[in-house]
Amino acid sequence: MISWVANDNLQTPHGGELIKGESCAPSSSSFTSVDLIPVDSLSPLQRNFFSKMYPSVSSGSMDHSQLQTGLLCLEADSQRTQYPYVTGTSVIAITYKDGILMAADMGGSYGSTLRYKSVERMKAVGKHSILGGSGEISDFQEILRVLDELILYDNMWDDGNTLGPKEVHNYLTRLMYNRRNKFNPLWNSVVLGGVKNGQKYLGMVNMIGVHYEDNHVATGFGNHLARPILRDEWHENLTFEEGVKLLEKCMRVLLYRDRSAVNKLQIAKITEEGVTISPPYSLKTYWEFSAFKNPTVGAEGSW
Amino acid sequence: MTKHQANWSPYDFNGGTCVAIAGADYCVIAADTRMSTGYSILTRDYSKICKLADKCVMASSGFQADVRALQKLLEARHLTYQHQHNKQMTCPAMAQLLSNTLYYKRFFPYYSFNVLGGLDDKGKGCVFTYDAVGSYERVGYSSQGSGAKLIMPFLDNQLKSPSPLLLPAQDAVTPLTEAEAVDLVKTAFASATERDIYTGDKLEIVVLNAEGDRREYMNLRKD
Repeated sequence: MISWVANDNLQTPHGGELIKGESCAPSSSSFTSVDLIPVDSLSPLQRNFFSKMYPSVSSGSMDHSQLQTGLLCLEADSQRTQYPYVTGTSVIAITYKDGILMAADMGGSYGSTLRYKSVERMKAVGKHSILGGSGEISDFQEILRVLDELILYDNMWDDGNTLGPKEVHNYLTRLMYNRRNKFNPLWNSVVLGGVKNGQKYLGMVNMIGVHYEDNHVATGFGNHLARPILRDEWHENLTFEEGVKLLEKCMRVLLYRDRSAVNKLQIAKITEEGVTISPPYSLKTYWEFSAFKNPTVGAEGSW
Repeated sequence: MTKHQANWSPYDFNGGTCVAIAGADYCVIAADTRMSTGYSILTRDYSKICKLADKCVMASSGFQADVRALQKLLEARHLTYQHQHNKQMTCPAMAQLLSNTLYYKRFFPYYSFNVLGGLDDKGKGCVFTYDAVGSYERVGYSSQGSGAKLIMPFLDNQLKSPSPLLLPAQDAVTPLTEAEAVDLVKTAFASATERDIYTGDKLEIVVLNAEGDRREYMNLRKD
């Protein structure tokens, strides 16, 4: 496996785009094309930060190349997700007799703090698809906005044609891969399910563009804890009730063993008839096992 | 305390093994269908084989997102080629295109390990083997990917191809019949699956000959 370190002044083979890494030091290399942002467009906070770092710019005494480097650096620093802030945990989904079932809890974690408890992590996209997202919540909402635009612009053709799950998933794979190529990833693993013309579709994409289709998919912890259960118990002819039961079994395991999972979840269903997302509900749990109540019994020296 | 945070890499390694064997009038191209990341299996049924032209098939392992991007690019380039030349690309032509495409991204490489198999303009089997940045060579047989280190010496031993150092140059195609070559590939994969965690689930074999192409599958260990 290659370990790749972002270079300070990396020239991409496609032309002049310049990617800045950690360092903010103005460098002497010449730039072919650089996107400039006017100082006026900066927020007060950014301007304040900027003028502290480059006092000469705000007073207008910095030469052009220094200005470019400084602004480029600021832009790179402020507009790239280098690590996630608020994250959602696993999404799991399966195909069943009539379509797709998907489950996700409603937690939004700020590191290890449970910051939000009513985040909707599954949304309908167009008529035939449903998208579930784990990872950075803001990036997920950005993806939803982009897809809304995609669906809207497609609708404007008014030709009776609609984008199905396969098309939306393909668009997503290109979106995610394109962003990783720009070193500006959307920090998510997303699951896309849908039904169109009797054809079921279930696929996923992650933040660097790795993607696949399967009869059951799960992101993050779900791939470790839920998929073994799904591989055991999933079959082609699951009814709606059986499917929900199977997803709940998986979500319960995740609730017990994934610390960022919360006991408030939704299940989404998509069939030829359309999308339905359940209102939030919780699972019955049982914590009365003696090992839960007194975990150190028999562990000598432990307190 | 150092700040603990998630970090990311633009690359992943999704595993997989590819093999191609050229015969006098056929070519066998094979790859497993497992896709992994680290110790996790993502899916057990992902095809690594891509038919680029009538007589040209590519099998690729490595980073799946890059592999897919590469396949899409070559498919698009082949479509333009058909429009401009009104014919299918030959396998040696596609081989050169693949090399150029890989080298074009020399400083942000496609992390993909490919073998290209097919029939040349005389209908003879041909195999081209690559590294991630486009170095390539025409050979009689080759293996790439996570199980290559297990399979390559086995093929060397069984196929006893004439040394490329011999002068005048000897024909590199293998003396096996088509059925023998398919059998050899199956044996090689069954063995590699025993020891390589990134190889398994299912074997996909494409056989190219004068009649056209044919696909075969064989189950491999799923553990």
